[in-house]
Amino acid sequence: MMKDMQKPERSKSIFRFAAPQMFYPLAGKLAPWFAGIAAVLAAAGMWLGFFVAPTDAVQGEVYRVIYIHVAAAWMSMFVYLVMAFWSFVGLVMNTRLSFIMSQALAPTGAMFCFVALWTGALWGKPTWGAYWVWDARLTSQLLLLFLYLGFMALTRAIEDPRRADKAGAIIALVGAVNVPIIYFSVKWWNTLHQGASVSLNKAPSMATTMLTGMLVMALAAWAYTIAVTLWRVRSLILERERHTDWVAAELNALEGKI
Amino acid sequence: MSRALGPFAAVLGRDLLLAWRGRADVLVTLAFFVVVVCLFPFGVGAEPNQLRAIAPGVLWVAALLSTLLSLHRLFAQDHADGTLEQLLLTPEPTVLWVVAKISAHWIATGLPLVVVAPGLALLFDVEQGALGVLVLSLALGTPILALLGAVGAALTLGLRGGGMLLALLVLPLFVPVLIFGAGAVDAYLSGVGAQAHLLLLGGGLLATLALAPLACAAALRIAVE
Amino acid sequence: MQWESWSAFWDMGGFAPFVWGSYGVTLLLVVGELILVVHRRRDTVRRLLRLRRASAAGAGGRRAFEEIVE
Repeated sequence: MMKDMQKPERSKSIFRFAAPQMFYPLAGKLAPWFAGIAAVLAAAGMWLGFFVAPTDAVQGEVYRVIYIHVAAAWMSMFVYLVMAFWSFVGLVMNTRLSFIMSQALAPTGAMFCFVALWTGALWGKPTWGAYWVWDARLTSQLLLLFLYLGFMALTRAIEDPRRADKAGAIIALVGAVNVPIIYFSVKWWNTLHQGASVSLNKAPSMATTMLTGMLVMALAAWAYTIAVTLWRVRSLILERERHTDWVAAELNALEGKI
Repeated sequence: MSRALGPFAAVLGRDLLLAWRGRADVLVTLAFFVVVVCLFPFGVGAEPNQLRAIAPGVLWVAALLSTLLSLHRLFAQDHADGTLEQLLLTPEPTVLWVVAKISAHWIATGLPLVVVAPGLALLFDVEQGALGVLVLSLALGTPILALLGAVGAALTLGLRGGGMLLALLVLPLFVPVLIFGAGAVDAYLSGVGAQAHLLLLGGGLLATLALAPLACAAALRIAVE
Repeated sequence: MQWESWSAFWDMGGFAPFVWGSYGVTLLLVVGELILVVHRRRDTVRRLLRLRRASAAGAGGRRAFEEIVE
């Protein structure tokens, strides 16, 4: 296994990038591009959100939180799914890079989860009169943050990387199975306890510019996540592969520059 | 059938015997449950209506915490003395004896909670008709907690600070059980009827029984590898 | 253009603490994460270089050591 990894493969298949040695330089090339795209999209999205989109008729200017709130909430859920996907691939195909991917994604997912909660609280105060209500979406988002923290704590607590990889993958999958159950149970609980005191479902018809701004910000979050994850993957790969020749060569090249 | 039951019964019997010999540990879990429940009136005040309203939630949260407290014992002893490795080396299916161990654990730590819960509910002046629903919800719900918790216990086996980590891992997963368990009693008391909650708990128990031992067995293999 | 003046923009119709609190904290977190990622890369490379020097000094004899120090 290790021997095979040492020599560069000549295969043209896309799967050659599953080898950490091949993925490392690719990640290094792609990450700045995604970071640039993220910056441009975020600037465009905020320009749309702040200067083009009209004031909301009901909520006034405070609705402009939506441009980060929705993007962060989408991203936090999507990142967990991607994490679970890579964990599954890792367990089935036993590819180390998949586990590295899921571990590199987790901190960014947790960050977006926190952003969604924070912006939600600040948005909630003027619109519902409270920073927090035990609404199904907010509560599930909070539990999602706990799932992220659990995953990160578990993978960091285990010193043997192979055990950390697989244990993390199992808890990511268990969490992914539970996320819909948690959402529906909380939703049910919420409708029984609170009735219709807070209704988040009545989405007022949105101006097209608002929707465009939101989508552009969501794409920016997407590009940002990819860029940060790729950078994190590179550090993880170096650490995991430190006994190989190609990392030695890479270190030679980096010596004195960093 | 009997070939599969043999090792199941053997592990179950062994673990129950071990639990009986170390019954002080089991009693500590039970005492913890009772003490936590009895703390609440001091915290929120002894107003009977309020106590009646929070009773199902208090009993359920206390049951959940007691389960959590005892979880680390599920595999720790066998891991320390090498029994776990021996078990993994046997040709018997891992899932089989994992279920046996979890069952023994529940009988030793979960069942006593189910038995004493009605008595504690009376301290909160819960209507007598609701006691049956409470017992039933706990009897269906605490095995789910034990099954889910076993996955967490296997994943954190032998880690430093494993106890806190275990709590962080499994508590979010316990939330649906808590909602339906405490909700069953509330629903009965409000006149809606607890059938829907209890059916969901039962379905949840079957689903967890089918899936959690698989994850637990995989986690044990990783931990011992 | 939505705003009559810059001060109106910063005021956000009276919701300034909520809107700017959201954007500010998000910006802080994003910048913080980027800094952490850069640091992590630098720390990893430095640590690996140190490790290699240490192991070369321990086992590999003088020549390998000098080669790396050079």
